[in-house]
Amino acid sequence: MKTKKFNEGIWNETINLRDFVTRNITPYHGTYSFLVGPSEKTLKLWEICKEGTKEERQRNGVRSVDTEVISGINAFKAGYISKENEVIVGLQTDELLKRAMKPFGGFKVVEKALSEHGLKPSDNLSELFSKYVKSHNDGVFDAYTDEIKKYRSLGYLTGLPDNYARGRIIGDYRRIALYGITRLIEAKKQDLAAITGPMTDKAIRLREEVSEQIKALKEMIAMGKAYNLDLARPAENAQEAVQWTYMAYLAAVKEQDGAAMSLGNVSSFLDIFIERDLEAGIITEVEAQEYIDQFVMKLRMVRHLRMEAYDEIFAGDPTWVTEAIGGMLADGRTKVTKTSFRFLHTLYNLGPSPEPNITILWSESLPQNFKNYCAKVAIDTSSIQFENDDLMRNSRGSDDYGIACCVSYQELGKSIQFFGARTNLAKTLLLALNGGRCEFTGTQIVEGIPEYTDEYLDFDKVMANFRIAMKEVARVYNDSMNIIHYMHDKYYYEKAQMSLIDTNPGINIAYGIAGLSIVADSLSAIKYAKVKPIRNEKGLTIDFEIEGEFPMYGNDDDRVDFLASNAVAEFNNELKQLPVYKDAEVTMSVLTITSNVSYGKKTGATPDGRAQGIPFAPGANPMHGRDCNGAIASLNSVSKINYDDSKDGISNTFSIVPKSLGANEEEQIENLATTLDGYFSRNAQHLNVNVLNKEMLLDAMENPDEYPQLTIRVSGYAVNFVRLTKEQQLEVITRSFHESM
Amino acid sequence: MYCHNPDTIETSGGTEYKIEELVEIALKMKPYFGKKGGVTVSGGEPLLQAKELIPFFKRLKEEGIHTNVDTNGRILNSFAKTLIDEYADLVMLDIKHMTEEGYFALTGVSCKETTFNFAAHREASGKNMWLRYVLIPEITSKPELLHAMGNYFKEFKTIEKIEIQPYHKLGIHKWEALGWEYQLKDARENTPEELEEAAAILKKYFKEVKIN
Repeated sequence: MKTKKFNEGIWNETINLRDFVTRNITPYHGTYSFLVGPSEKTLKLWEICKEGTKEERQRNGVRSVDTEVISGINAFKAGYISKENEVIVGLQTDELLKRAMKPFGGFKVVEKALSEHGLKPSDNLSELFSKYVKSHNDGVFDAYTDEIKKYRSLGYLTGLPDNYARGRIIGDYRRIALYGITRLIEAKKQDLAAITGPMTDKAIRLREEVSEQIKALKEMIAMGKAYNLDLARPAENAQEAVQWTYMAYLAAVKEQDGAAMSLGNVSSFLDIFIERDLEAGIITEVEAQEYIDQFVMKLRMVRHLRMEAYDEIFAGDPTWVTEAIGGMLADGRTKVTKTSFRFLHTLYNLGPSPEPNITILWSESLPQNFKNYCAKVAIDTSSIQFENDDLMRNSRGSDDYGIACCVSYQELGKSIQFFGARTNLAKTLLLALNGGRCEFTGTQIVEGIPEYTDEYLDFDKVMANFRIAMKEVARVYNDSMNIIHYMHDKYYYEKAQMSLIDTNPGINIAYGIAGLSIVADSLSAIKYAKVKPIRNEKGLTIDFEIEGEFPMYGNDDDRVDFLASNAVAEFNNELKQLPVYKDAEVTMSVLTITSNVSYGKKTGATPDGRAQGIPFAPGANPMHGRDCNGAIASLNSVSKINYDDSKDGISNTFSIVPKSLGANEEEQIENLATTLDGYFSRNAQHLNVNVLNKEMLLDAMENPDEYPQLTIRVSGYAVNFVRLTKEQQLEVITRSFHESM
Repeated sequence: MYCHNPDTIETSGGTEYKIEELVEIALKMKPYFGKKGGVTVSGGEPLLQAKELIPFFKRLKEEGIHTNVDTNGRILNSFAKTLIDEYADLVMLDIKHMTEEGYFALTGVSCKETTFNFAAHREASGKNMWLRYVLIPEITSKPELLHAMGNYFKEFKTIEKIEIQPYHKLGIHKWEALGWEYQLKDARENTPEELEEAAAILKKYFKEVKIN
């Protein structure tokens, strides 16, 4: 039987994926009963992959590395896992789990990463980068001011993408499948021709960028040829649609090693091709699931070469292949399709996994069967996260978006973001108590804050000083971000990803903060209890004596929750006053990844009673053990942070023991789905869900080999628990595991 | 003698809340209730405070919140009647034991009949009720006791379901913390098979049997 023609529309005239999806999607309201298990080929491949990842763990996290070749779209010949079993082909290098060097972010980082495994780059390469080639990292440090370096080394600004690739940009990988590359090149050539004089900085830069993009598209055609795929033309069937989309993503992860390289929202796009082939009787459910299983398996095998220090901020070797699933269309229909289910089902067919980072776009209007299935998957695997589709769609204006990295909205093909890691807001608060000096070294960081000599801390005085500190930290943060993104564009431009995005995309600059709960509780202690700072001989605070009780963030108490939401609003407002490279829109996130541990180390004792060096809570979470009024009160506190003040996301990681969700599976599913409805109805933005017992995690620390696939959500992403350092494992275990709702 | 919340038995002490404070807490949780959730008063024995609970439940009903009383049915004064007849959407009635001796041995009081009268009162009001039954091996798990319970309640039309509460020792540490002697130390926890067997018996008499 011949397949039917797709419904036509604007997408036939211009590059417009949203229009294609809206006109051709088949929303699905049924249950998961149609799903099937993995095919024999899939199982064979997965066995090889599991063996490979086991070797990887045994070899200190790296199975093999190429030290000769600089990675690029066509740097390696075609690689296979087991060719006869692969229905979706393509590897980053010529071998499974072999890592490649991507030195344009920073050559020193590559050298360091290699040396940690007893290797070094080839002499040729070392000579090249020492004498002739400049990296992003070189550029940034040429421009950095002494002030920025000071903020960076003392831990006010941490994790900045100044020696590694920034990531966060999501190519619209669907474009190659729908249009074929020839058509995309034509469109880019038209765009290029339209960028004419006067030749301002902006016009020159854009012309160069579009020309780079066209080169990348041509390289992708060549990459396809190496695998005998004709990517120049559109995909003609479901298998090709999956394959073409994966090839587009593969080009991106061969060229770049960005911290987070999300996939977008490909599942319901692919469903259109799958539905068409199913309807025509060309394939059955077995093939449909096989394509998705094998695609997902490939995504699970994506690797980048990282140095150990990187693990402190991004633990567990994550790649953030974030795929956003579900949500609603602007016309009121759901974006849930059978392939939304098929993606989730890979967590059973292949077992739990942190990657791809499956993110459910939750709406009150999602089909109940889908809500229940998501809840079931969360309970069974602790591998998925949830974000508020109703909130983001209405606030940001598009129903065709993906999640950049962990929690950030990004309209697909129309906008990008500049990743900005985060600043340490708790350490910034200590500046307010120490006359603008670092609490450890006494280094003057901020001018204009009077020395604090009163016996007890006064809330109004502290707030006034804190505002001066926030303003200054925001200024230096903004300076560093402008330099970083200027240099990244110049020395490590994402030509493959950008070739799959409109020529003049919207940009938001994604600032972030860490230590929010510490700030809120500290201010609460100062306001509602009596806090006496203990100072050393240099006059720097080293500890605090607290007399009396004070409300703590995480218990649904407006007195302190307001202090949290207000701190977010004030810092965001400071950032908004500053000029931004490429006129990007200012957004901010409350997200730490796993840096909450290292931030804690770099921060002295705080007025909330937290001792020096103790890890922060992750993201926007209440501090461990302080949210003691049950799960709902904790969720309610976080939900009070206003999304408008933190449009890049508000991350909340929530762990609950299975029995407190309900006595049996049916009750647990119902209660989790209801909890998500309740939380998001209060305009909360994000929730990581772990349904686990602490005892299992303790056992996994003792017997890691028995838990190779144990997955746990940390902060906007998931990790293989056994790949965390012991310190990080312990931090996860000390987090609040709610034993009651 | 096996209550898992022994800290709630004492009739003095605790934290006093104003009714509006409790209503406010309930309202903050309302978005999470879904179709089946609501407020349950439990204990100890909530009906000891039946008079005070009336205005609380009245306010909850005004706010459209589902109300539920989890009780052992030992108190049926006029306040308790008003509360459950007019304001409680659901009563969860704990059946301790089907014989007077057994009841006394477990609770130290002779109130088996009061509990049955309570059930009859609820039945007469025509409003929903669930039964709850803690299955303690060798003490309440004997098949004849389960049949007796089934026969006694099988004609009740208001009973929507019976919940079997597996016996567990989670409360022991709380008893020890209170400096009391846990009195069922020797009882063991149920096996899954025992729970299924008990459920199979009860299914002959009740519309729905659930193992918690």
